[in-house]
Amino acid sequence: MTATALHPQGPAPPPAPPTLKASRPRLADKSFRMITLACGLAVLAILALIAVFTTNKAMPALRSEGLGFLTSRNWNPSPASGHAHFGGLAFIYGTLGISFIALAISVPVSLGLALFLSEVAPRRLRLPVVYVIDLMAAIPSVVFGLWGILALQKPLGRFYGHVSDIFAGVPLLDRIFRGSSGRSFFTAGLIVAMMITPIITSLTREVFATVPSSQKEAALALGATRWEMMRTAILGYGRSGVVGAVMLGLGRAMGETIAVALVIGSVPSITLSLFHPGDAMAAVIANQFGESSGTFQAALIALGVVLFAITIVINMVARAFVTRAERALGQA
Amino acid sequence: MPDDTTVIESTVLTTGLSRKPEVGAGRDQPDTPETADPVFSLQDLSFHYGSYRALRNVTMDIWPREITALIGPSGCGKSTLLRCFNRMNDLIPGTRLEGRITFHGEDLYHPKVDPIEVRRRIGMVFQKPNPFPKSIYDNVAFGPKVNGFPRSELKDLVEESLQRAALWDEVKDKLKQNAFSLSGGQQQRLCIARAIAVKPSVILMDEPCSALDPIATIRIEELLSELKNTYTIIVVTHNMQQAARVSDRTAFMTAEVDDKGVRCGVLVEYDRTDRIFTTPRDKRTDDYITGRFG
Repeated sequence: MTATALHPQGPAPPPAPPTLKASRPRLADKSFRMITLACGLAVLAILALIAVFTTNKAMPALRSEGLGFLTSRNWNPSPASGHAHFGGLAFIYGTLGISFIALAISVPVSLGLALFLSEVAPRRLRLPVVYVIDLMAAIPSVVFGLWGILALQKPLGRFYGHVSDIFAGVPLLDRIFRGSSGRSFFTAGLIVAMMITPIITSLTREVFATVPSSQKEAALALGATRWEMMRTAILGYGRSGVVGAVMLGLGRAMGETIAVALVIGSVPSITLSLFHPGDAMAAVIANQFGESSGTFQAALIALGVVLFAITIVINMVARAFVTRAERALGQA
Repeated sequence: MPDDTTVIESTVLTTGLSRKPEVGAGRDQPDTPETADPVFSLQDLSFHYGSYRALRNVTMDIWPREITALIGPSGCGKSTLLRCFNRMNDLIPGTRLEGRITFHGEDLYHPKVDPIEVRRRIGMVFQKPNPFPKSIYDNVAFGPKVNGFPRSELKDLVEESLQRAALWDEVKDKLKQNAFSLSGGQQQRLCIARAIAVKPSVILMDEPCSALDPIATIRIEELLSELKNTYTIIVVTHNMQQAARVSDRTAFMTAEVDDKGVRCGVLVEYDRTDRIFTTPRDKRTDDYITGRFG
C-alpha cells in the first residue's frame, strides 16, 4: 500500500471550524447570577422596609412634635398636667457624647495596639495578643454592661469625685470634670470604648499590613527612626483606611444599646459634665419601650429612625473613606 | 569613639557636597583612586539569612566618587551585598553578618554604630520608585526633617536636591502635587532627589532602572554620571550594557552550588569596568558577559 492509496484526494481538508455559539445554555452560571442578585436586592428591600415601617410607626410623634423632635430637650411622656412632650435632643446629645468619649479613648489605644502588633511586637507575643483582642470582640455587650454596673460603678464614682475635686475652681475644666455619678456619660463612653477597641484594632492592623515594605524601607533608608517610619510610611500611607476603621467603630458605638442602657444612668440631660448621668437614643428605647404606648411609643420609634439615619450616613462616609484608601493603595 | 566620629565628619566634608566637582580629575588614569582611601572596605564578608548563607567571603574595596556596578545572574546575592552597605539587612530578623565591612575605616557593624546614622550617610534608591503618598516637596523634605535640618533652609535644600536630580525644571511649578502624579522615571528621579536631600556621601542603587522605559533609563544614567562627581555610587544592575556604560568598576558575582545543591553568592571578579568587559580573567565572567551563561 502506498501513501497515495491511503489519501486518494491528497491531504484531507481541515475540519470545518466548530461554531462559536454556546452548544448548551450555561445554566449554573445563570442561576448563580440570579441567586446572588436576589440576595443583593433582598438586602436593599429589607433596609427599605425597615425605613418605611419605622418611619410610618413614628409618624404620630413626628407629626405632633414636628422639627421640635430634633431640637427640643423637653421629653415628658406623662406629665402631671397638660399634654406630653417629646423632644429628643438630650438623647441625640447623649449618643453623640458617648460616642465621642468612646472614640477619644479607643482611637489612640487601638492605633497603638495595631502599630505594636504589626511593627513592634515579637512574633511570639503577636498571636496571643491578637487572640485576646479578638476574644474581647466576642464578649456580649450585656456582659460589659453588667460588669460596668457591678464592678466599675462604685470605684469609678469615687474616682470621679476625686477628679472633680482636683479641677474644682479651674475655669471650664471644672464644668467638664464635674459630678461623681458612677453611672454617667464617661462610664458609658469607657464601656463602649472597650467594645469598639477590638474592631478598630483589627481593622487598622489589616490596613497597616497592606502598607508595602518599599514604603517602610524608603523611610528607614533616609535615616528615619522606627517611630518616624511608622508615622510617615504606615500612618501616612494608611491614613484613609484608618479613618474608615474609626468610622466603622463610631457606627458601632452609636448603635450600642444594652451596655449603655445599663450604665448611662437614664437621666436625659445636656451637660458638659462627663461624670453626670445622661441618656442615649438606643438606651432609652431599650429601657422604656416595654412600658410605652401610643404617641410615647411612636416617639421612641422616631428616636430609632433618627439613630438609623445617623448611623447610615456615618457608615456611608466610612465606606467612602475605605474605598478611597483602597484606590490610593492600588495606585502605588 | 569621639576620634572616629571626627574622622568621619571630615571625610564627609571632603567627599560630600562641599567638594567642588572636578570633572574627570584623575579618572582617566587607571591607578589614581587607589592612592585615595577606600570608602568601603570589605574583608571576608559572609552573610546569612537564618541558617542559609547568601554570600561567602566577599573581599573588595569601594573607591570614592566612582560608580561601582554589581552585576551577575539572579540569586547571586547582589542586592544582599548592596544592603550590607547601609545595614538595611538589619531589618530582617535572623540575619547575620560575618567578616568585616568598614566605612572610612570605621567598622560599620560595631555594636556602638547607630544604623540610623549609617543610613543617613549612605543613601539608597530602590528598584521600584517608592515615593511617599505626599506632595513632591514633602517627599524631598522628609529626610532632612527627620534628621533635624533647620526648617528655614528647607526650601532651598529641596530646590537644590531636585536640581541635582535633574527634576527641578519639570516639577518647579507643581511642588504641592502628589508625587504619584509623576511618571515612573520622574518618580525615580524624585527618589534620587529625596536621597540626596539628606546629604549622604554614598548612594546605593538597587536596579534603579529596571522598572523604567529606555528613555527614562538613559536620563537616570546621565544623572548617575553627573552625580558621581559628588557621590560614591554603588549600583546593582541586571543590565550589562548599563554597567558598561556608566560604571568605573564592575564586580561580577555569581551563585555557586555546593555538593548538596545549596546556592551561595560569591564575588568572582572585581576590576575596572573596561577590563572586566574586554579582558576578564575568570572564565565565568567571560561566559556571562558574552552571553554564554546558562
